[in-house]
Amino acid sequence: MGKCCCGSDCQDSRFTEILEQYKGKDGVLIPVLQKAQEIKGYLPEETIRAIADYFNKPYSEVYGVATFYAQFRLKPSGENIIRVCAGTACHVRGGKKILDKVCSELNVAPGETSADGKFSLEPVACLGACGLAPVMMINDTTYGRLTPEKVTEILAKY
Amino acid sequence: MQIYRGHVLICAGTGCVASGSKKVQAEMANQLEAFNLENDIKIVETGCHGFCEMGPIVIVYPEGIFYCQVKMEDVKEIVEEHLLKGRPVKRLLFRDQMTEEMVPHYRDIDFYKKQNRIVLGNCGFINPENIKEYIARDGYEALAKALTQMTPEQVIDEVKASGLRGRGGGGFPTGLKWQFARDAKGDKKYVICNADEGDPGAFMDRSVLEGDPHALIEGMAIAAYAIGSDEGYIYVRAEYPLAIKRLQIAIAQAHELGLLGKDIFGSGFNFKLNIKEGAGAFVCGEETALIASIEGRRGEPRVRPPFPANKGLWGKPSNVNNVETFANVPRIIAKGSQWYAGMGTEKSKGTKVFALTGKVKNTGLAEVTMGLTLREIIFEIGGGIIDDKKFKAVQIGGPSGGCIPEQLLDLPIDYDSLISAGAMMGSGGLVVMDEDTCMVELARFFLNFTQMESCGKCTPCREGTKIMLDILERITKGEGKEGDIELLESLAKTIKSTSLCGLGQTAPNPVLATLRYFRDEYEAHIKEKRCPAGVCTALASYSILEDKCIGCTACARVCPVNAISGEVKKPHKIDPAKCIKCGACAQACKFNAIVKK
Amino acid sequence: MAIKTAEDLKKIKEVALDEATARINDGTQIMVGMGTCGIAAGARDVMTAIMEEVGKRNLKIAITWTGCIGMCEKEVLVDVLRPGEKRITYGNVTPQIVPRIITEHVINGNIVEEYVVGKLD
Repeated sequence: MGKCCCGSDCQDSRFTEILEQYKGKDGVLIPVLQKAQEIKGYLPEETIRAIADYFNKPYSEVYGVATFYAQFRLKPSGENIIRVCAGTACHVRGGKKILDKVCSELNVAPGETSADGKFSLEPVACLGACGLAPVMMINDTTYGRLTPEKVTEILAKY
Repeated sequence: MQIYRGHVLICAGTGCVASGSKKVQAEMANQLEAFNLENDIKIVETGCHGFCEMGPIVIVYPEGIFYCQVKMEDVKEIVEEHLLKGRPVKRLLFRDQMTEEMVPHYRDIDFYKKQNRIVLGNCGFINPENIKEYIARDGYEALAKALTQMTPEQVIDEVKASGLRGRGGGGFPTGLKWQFARDAKGDKKYVICNADEGDPGAFMDRSVLEGDPHALIEGMAIAAYAIGSDEGYIYVRAEYPLAIKRLQIAIAQAHELGLLGKDIFGSGFNFKLNIKEGAGAFVCGEETALIASIEGRRGEPRVRPPFPANKGLWGKPSNVNNVETFANVPRIIAKGSQWYAGMGTEKSKGTKVFALTGKVKNTGLAEVTMGLTLREIIFEIGGGIIDDKKFKAVQIGGPSGGCIPEQLLDLPIDYDSLISAGAMMGSGGLVVMDEDTCMVELARFFLNFTQMESCGKCTPCREGTKIMLDILERITKGEGKEGDIELLESLAKTIKSTSLCGLGQTAPNPVLATLRYFRDEYEAHIKEKRCPAGVCTALASYSILEDKCIGCTACARVCPVNAISGEVKKPHKIDPAKCIKCGACAQACKFNAIVKK
Repeated sequence: MAIKTAEDLKKIKEVALDEATARINDGTQIMVGMGTCGIAAGARDVMTAIMEEVGKRNLKIAITWTGCIGMCEKEVLVDVLRPGEKRITYGNVTPQIVPRIITEHVINGNIVEEYVVGKLD
């Protein structure tokens, strides 16, 4: 077990393991943040601080990386992450209607989490399933050839 | 007991008899005798098959061929063609009885006819999670050839001679890039694969990663040998979880067989391959930003030179190519540069994979020889526009590219012809648009994308794209002013020439291309406050056609702001002052009486 | 076994080719397109339906998967390879039509016309 004792995450052995796994290696900040985010679904401030301390980097640098990339969340997310594709192919084939439908079904705006904490709606540039546009992804599952009606059906499964 | 080669079953059920099966049976006996087949083929009378409307029914065994509506005149043909020569008579087959012969071959299907699958040659044919299937299709033979029969210089010369150019965007000659990295001084060098396929509308790299990961691994190993590197990185988007999984499996299997690791093919060449997952930033497709991201920093680009070939990952000489470029390499080494350079146009050799999407009938991936025309790709491979609507434009090269209008559809596509048309090859996304697309709104869409993805490091890109986006938003809202077009043009020029990296330098392209070919649409928005495609909500107006409206009140009931009034069974009216242009009425109307303008 | 020479690679290739031929001659093979597009269009459900149907009938059939062949419009794509016959591709396959493909084509050799896309050597 690691010795680091700087925030609440220290109690979490998974977090310590992640830190130790990347100890002394180069270019590890992004994978460490990715793995650390898997634990709670987001990166609380103390986690970012603990990572900065462990790797002997200024907090500003780690915070700068965490805020640069779309994947990192600094606020808690819902149980399920919905990504509605906003790529060109989806745009041309009515992706906006899908986004509107998700927003109205869950009563959220892009970037928000539903009141019951079940879903977070995140923007995504392109999911790369353009042949089936419009598409969306819930967690790791991609749904293609969507219609507003299908969205209701799919959301009901979660 | 007499042994027959085949049996002819003739239905003697009531239905078939009524439609003449007895006569068919008699004629069959005659014809069998006439062709001396009476001892080879046996006639069997059967009961009803339940297909009486298609009678008389004749079934030939052992093949089980099902003929229907057989007439006396057809019998001779069945005997001569089928029973004697073994060729079923197609015109008499029931349509459900499909023989292999009748299924069109892939090479005859429109979607594949004009394709030339080299990079995608294994995708859809092998199990990507089993290295042996790749090896069975000549996999790793090119690596063996390079390592055991060629010097690194010969490999570079071969790639140069093939004419291969970078498939990720710029189209820089791959062999030359390798040469720079080889010539750079340094004891440690890196090979990097840019698999951060971020262009919305492009997914060819994903398909290769998921469908043929070993082609990439082999291509990278050959590149590493050529430039003198022993370690590589594949930078993959986090949005491609399946691709990451299959790459991990492929790398592990290659290691197990000694195709990665130490002393590959006993040549003394070592190569280690790492995967780096991206974290969602479009700008990381730019090579210096990508390198910064691998190093664990913010993915911001830096000024070049020095180029990565001299100062790349951790300051060491590095060579960055994208997935499709690397996947071409094993084929070039295996079959030779002459074969490769024999395909394509003068300055663009080989094939390019295009992702065909949008309002086209057959969406998918099309790999074609360079120099095919857009018309061939969209109308032959793609099958034309959905619902046979009118073609308006095709966006090529994603947010950095431009749109190409109908009058340029016969342009043979290669790197240079696209640049001169105001677009670019980019990664090869082709998004087809029909008459229902507003080109101003499309330009706004792209600017919105590049604006969001701008990393913020340099001012022209960070501030310039924001101002351009503001102007476009105003125009689509009907608040465009005289002089907006000129302002857009001048901003575009500045941003293109002063931005730090490719993202900013190409960000104005969609605006410039739409202005070049669809200036009238901009003018209609600004001067007449009208959206010709009827897309921009703020400029739309709904009205009811009196002759079509039957007064069912459906529209009035769904209108959220009570803007529709009228008596039952009499034509209704929309009050434009109240109307919020939500379009609910048009959806509710069953008589197409509500039009949007 | 680790490959150390080009000869070693050749040997592995020969074994792999033999295995592939044996698999084909031995019985029918069903192949499902499992790229992201295929999966997004429902390839996992189709795969499950095929496994259930094959299991229910106790058929000796190799079920495997492949990457994206590029015909996204027609996903889910399923290929049937019968010994000595050409590879037949079906498009827009749903779990509902899996039993038809299995009974009519895999078992009885009659191609299901409505869903057939093309054949390959």
